[in-house]
Amino acid sequence: MNWIDLVSLLRIALHAMVPITLTAVGEIVGETAGLFNIGLEGILLISAFAGALSAEAGGPVVGLLVGMGVGAVIGLVFAVINTYWKGTQMITGIGINLFAMGLVAFGLIQLGAPGFHAVPRAAQVIKWKTAMGAMSPIILIALVMPFLIHWFIKRTRAGLILKAAGEMPEAADVAGINVNRVRLLAATFGAALAGLGGAYMSVAWIGSVTKDLSAGRGFIALATVVFSGLNPLLALLGGFIFGFFQGLAEWVKTLPSKPIPSQFVSMLPYIVTLLVVSGAIGRVRFPKALGEPYKRE
Amino acid sequence: MSEQAGPTQSRLLRGVHRTVTGLHPALESMLAALIGLLVGAALMYMWGFNPWRAYWALLRGAYGGSYEWASTLARATPLILTALTFSVCVRAGMFNIGAEGQMFMGAMAAICVALFKMPPGIHLIVGLLFALIAGAAWSIVPAVLKITRGVSEVISTIMFNWIARWLALYIAIFILVDPSRAEKTLTIPVSARFPILVRGTDFSYSFFLAVFAALVLYFVLWHTTMGYEVRAAGLNPTAARYGGIRNKRTMIVSFLLGGITAGLAGATVVMGMPPSYAAFGGGAFPELTNIGFDGMAVAMVGRNHPIGIIVASVLFGGLNAGGRVMQFYGSNPVPLEMVRIVMGAIVLAMSIPELIRLFPAIKSQGERLVAALRRHGRPASKEGSA
Repeated sequence: MNWIDLVSLLRIALHAMVPITLTAVGEIVGETAGLFNIGLEGILLISAFAGALSAEAGGPVVGLLVGMGVGAVIGLVFAVINTYWKGTQMITGIGINLFAMGLVAFGLIQLGAPGFHAVPRAAQVIKWKTAMGAMSPIILIALVMPFLIHWFIKRTRAGLILKAAGEMPEAADVAGINVNRVRLLAATFGAALAGLGGAYMSVAWIGSVTKDLSAGRGFIALATVVFSGLNPLLALLGGFIFGFFQGLAEWVKTLPSKPIPSQFVSMLPYIVTLLVVSGAIGRVRFPKALGEPYKRE
Repeated sequence: MSEQAGPTQSRLLRGVHRTVTGLHPALESMLAALIGLLVGAALMYMWGFNPWRAYWALLRGAYGGSYEWASTLARATPLILTALTFSVCVRAGMFNIGAEGQMFMGAMAAICVALFKMPPGIHLIVGLLFALIAGAAWSIVPAVLKITRGVSEVISTIMFNWIARWLALYIAIFILVDPSRAEKTLTIPVSARFPILVRGTDFSYSFFLAVFAALVLYFVLWHTTMGYEVRAAGLNPTAARYGGIRNKRTMIVSFLLGGITAGLAGATVVMGMPPSYAAFGGGAFPELTNIGFDGMAVAMVGRNHPIGIIVASVLFGGLNAGGRVMQFYGSNPVPLEMVRIVMGAIVLAMSIPELIRLFPAIKSQGERLVAALRRHGRPASKEGSA
């Protein structure tokens, strides 16, 4: 492996990090408030599709914004079901994932190209020419966002309210906090970040939509959240680790001599996720009321 | 009028009242299915299809005659088995999303029987054994990771699904590949196939295997000590532990049972689905993909009860069978993927407890009905006691 390879590997890893980190940081906000959304995979997929379509209609920025908006809407549906209607969060998430798998596959067929839809270059976010090669500006957002969220949760009053809603909703309620509204806002914001990550995949990174574009990234982001123990800065690190191994898998596939069958290379990110998560558990503590709907007595 | 009503009539009405409350879960499942179909209709309308005609095609393609029923039940077969996987673990208090991967492993293991010859019947049983061992082996690792390292089964089973998918692709392309046709695996020999039940359809005896598995699981869960322990651990793990139930054992047992049924689901597809009797690695397994995920929807609509699952599988098998007719229906061809959208919407609706209460109109009607029934019931019972 020479120097140029290492740089290109790092570049792929940084690009692959973005959706995982953004999704994980969004999920951290939601989980801090007590909502556990396993529908992230579906949000990534739908917003990638919606982002690609709207980028072709109105340009890359519109695409990213629509991706965020679509993510927020799904997050809002999830949050309403699981706050005001006291739903079962796991099942809502599974429903979102199933729905997304159907919707995107259906939409791709309607576009006339079953299974694959390329986003024209004009509709993609422009990449910056840097010393390392073409870099997407969205990487900056993914690098800054964890610090912003960390500051928000640890240093602001609103962040404290967020934690109260997740740790002890009864006490928060007595203190005059509307627990359900806090959770609703948190989950919607988190899903909007996942939506940005999804739109990034189609509009700014891969440049196409397939029906398994998300490829388990939503769940890898969940694993990142577990790894980080709800610390956004560790989520950035975790996102980079998982992004690195995805990048490594992509990079090994491009090698002219095929050292390992490509199927095994494709397994690598998932195996690494399993290993990292099995190693990380034990010291992690989650909010007490995570996954429980808040019922006023 | 209620005062004049004889004791027979009021007893009848009380019976109706009890039946209505007893049917409450079934009614909610039906309401969720209705919501799912409405969401699907709205999306079809948005995309310029005629939802009414599409659903008519779907209905006729699913339940329009004996051929259609056979097709529906054939598609219900693997769904029953993967739904059992999900529901056993839900009963034990866990979310096992790994049916998809365990099913892939089961299917690959079942195809291994094409490598050797055996008398008919025994060959089939050996294939099923292979499949259930492979499914159980694939599901035991997430269970062990959960027990020893505390890894959430939601994350580990999904990772295992992806690993299984790539491993199955590798096996299908490099190990069990058909030498004459590289896009598919070896074909299961006739001696290891499920016999066809209705001539000219793809409905085979594998359906009875699925129903048998559901009945066995019903017996195990509700009529054995082990099943009682599994359910107790699912309802309240802390209380179960105080009651002397070893939660780790119930986790292993429920994952093993789930892995076995998921592995069998893979076997029923490759050994009981004409015409191919093989898996197509070249097309990334169109026959197998999503059976595990659809099974979760079946389990939820079936209220995680083996008998409910059999009923729900007829609905979802019908969606899959009818969807295949719908996508070729004249001027209004709606892609098969619409079926999965409907399933997702059904699951979303199922996640809302007390779904009926969200509809004030239905609720007030229901309350009025219950109140009316109570009014009819009460004086009679007083008369009876007097």
